[in-house]
Amino acid sequence: MKKLLLGNEALAQGAIDAGISGVYAYPGTPSTEITEYIQRSKIAKELNIHSKWSVNEKTAMEAALGMSYAGKRAMTVMKHVGLNVAADVFMNMAVSGINGGLVVVVADDPSMHSSQNEQDSRNYGKFAMIPIFEPSNQQEVYDITRYAFYLSEQLGLPIMIRMVTRLSHSRAGIEISKRKAQNSIHLPKNPHQFQLIPMHARNRYQHLVAIQSDNRESSENSYFNKFIDGPNTSMGIIAAGIAYNYLMENFEDDSCPFPILKISQYPLPKKQVKKLFNKCKKILVLEDGAPFIEELVSDYFGESKKVMGRLTGHLNRVGELNPDNIAEALGFERTISEKIPKIVSGRPPELCVGCAHRDLFEAINQLKTENTAQQVFGDIGCYALGVLPPYQSINTLIDMGASITMAKGASDAGIHPSIAIIGDSTFTHSGMTGLLDAVIENTPITVIISDNSAVAMTGAQDSSASGRLVTICKGIGVEKEHLKIITPLHKNLDENIDIIRQEINYKGISVVIAQRPCVQLPKEKKDQLKKLQQVSIN
Amino acid sequence: MKTNIILAGVGGQGILTIAAVLDTAALNSNLNIKQSEVHGMSQRGGAVQSHVRISDKEIFSDLIPEGKADMIISVEPMELLRYLPYLKKGGFLITDSNPFENITNYPELETLYKEIKTHKNTILIDAKGIAKEIGNSKATNIVLLGAAASLLPLSDESLQKAIKMLFQRKGERIVIKNIEAYEKGKEIASEMVS
Repeated sequence: MKKLLLGNEALAQGAIDAGISGVYAYPGTPSTEITEYIQRSKIAKELNIHSKWSVNEKTAMEAALGMSYAGKRAMTVMKHVGLNVAADVFMNMAVSGINGGLVVVVADDPSMHSSQNEQDSRNYGKFAMIPIFEPSNQQEVYDITRYAFYLSEQLGLPIMIRMVTRLSHSRAGIEISKRKAQNSIHLPKNPHQFQLIPMHARNRYQHLVAIQSDNRESSENSYFNKFIDGPNTSMGIIAAGIAYNYLMENFEDDSCPFPILKISQYPLPKKQVKKLFNKCKKILVLEDGAPFIEELVSDYFGESKKVMGRLTGHLNRVGELNPDNIAEALGFERTISEKIPKIVSGRPPELCVGCAHRDLFEAINQLKTENTAQQVFGDIGCYALGVLPPYQSINTLIDMGASITMAKGASDAGIHPSIAIIGDSTFTHSGMTGLLDAVIENTPITVIISDNSAVAMTGAQDSSASGRLVTICKGIGVEKEHLKIITPLHKNLDENIDIIRQEINYKGISVVIAQRPCVQLPKEKKDQLKKLQQVSIN
Repeated sequence: MKTNIILAGVGGQGILTIAAVLDTAALNSNLNIKQSEVHGMSQRGGAVQSHVRISDKEIFSDLIPEGKADMIISVEPMELLRYLPYLKKGGFLITDSNPFENITNYPELETLYKEIKTHKNTILIDAKGIAKEIGNSKATNIVLLGAAASLLPLSDESLQKAIKMLFQRKGERIVIKNIEAYEKGKEIASEMVS
């Protein structure tokens, strides 16, 4: 019988069945459920498949590369902006190539449902010159994942699978096939493959360029790219990934009259694109995210008028695709019978009742009324909701870890007080190095680590920081006189304000750890954390 | 045959339990299913929805096109109206009457009910009250599922079987309460629709 799985779960099942020995990841919407599925899988446990969370996407990807070096199949998973963090190893492992099959899964978030931008990871895949897969439905997610590991070993390259939110977070019935056994340890045949000193790196880069013909060939002949002929050649349609589904939704009984080139593997299959161009008067490009294909196939000045898509205004330039905006691009009338009544109010997300961040923001806002906490640099996590009413405590929110370093830069510019608020998991992800910068110069900033001992926003996963924050801060060089722990509870409000005020007034680097577990954590977990947190500063 | 259902509510209200029952029943009836859901930041007390599509043919889009939903089932009365552009002409609205007021500009209840009642095919019920009477206020969502049951392309037997399967691990008592909630919802809706 078919198994009902989220797109993300289908991917995880595909990886297990492809014989992976480990998955390495940091949680991030919409990618999180991939790793969680493997963590919960009984068979993965029996097979001893590594699935513990990594500290960040870079450490994750490097560990996956290490497993591949040892000859085993490994997968690394992240959201689109996570790939920015891992970009260093990502670009270089395309040059070194891989040993055991290695698949990089990146879940993009068009429309920014849970993200700061909607960058399109296909640009990264092209940048690194590696094959990219873009599944169109959940069954294809499963099939492609299995195939990607095979192709990775065939080409000796890491492979990217690009997911998007709607595919990641939608369920369908999936046919599962037989599981492949894991690889045994076997080291790289060429001892210089992973030694990227210039003399070897030049050879490897030459090799990467040379095998691009194989890469293109694989895509030209891909089972997942399909040319579907149609009688009406006034227009041809290139439909990538999930856009293919939205396209077909607009035609009853699979009867699209236009020739279609469905794309699920890159580099773009040039011969097939050419065939479509020769056959059709105009070309409509449907792709979720950036106009990646459209830019490739349009002429530079856009004067040929042959290609239509997100750049030409036939589709929305930003935001995700859906069956409706594609219907419009096809020239169909939209069928809305009713509008949203005026009495319906917006309902933005909010911090949970009883959340410790609420008590922290209350303290910060009180200090704002005294003019002692005007500039608060925020970070990525649930506490980003502190940007919105009722708190509006946070002035900036850019990327993982930027609270500390931006506070430092603003302080260097002469702003005082300059305060950073960062979560515990974000701190270990990307905050520690910034804190070291501030310690080295004894920059007069106050870093508040809002420690709920969980990666809360993505579903309260284990935080790498749990029970380690004091040791880490002291190790980085924060003076123990200016390392404070507070418990953000309403009854402690005045005391907490006093402590934070005192540290803000200190003209050097200070850290306040506001410690109270996430309310979403089960009781057993909270009890377990209490024991961990009994480390005293002295 | 293709049935499009929008499930609506506020993060944490349990619309995914309704989705899970529909998914399981559809899969057990050898039907195709696609069901999208919301994860991540918006789950925290914000508006959430799930698109459920059931068909005996291949289903392409994970999202229901505007004007193509056969029904909207909502566990919250204002959230019901947020998805009206998806409802097809003559589609059904099934909702709990109890508001979830975590915002300052929540509409007047009277105005809200009046707006809901301007629609012809509306099943507006105190599902929470019914669930409480049964002795399990958490079963509000299953009361609503029961209220929608006669409109679904799934047999009564397959829905009940799915409820049993899903609540099995929570114990016999919870299974019985949820079946009771389902039956009660069905009964009340049949009085309203006929």
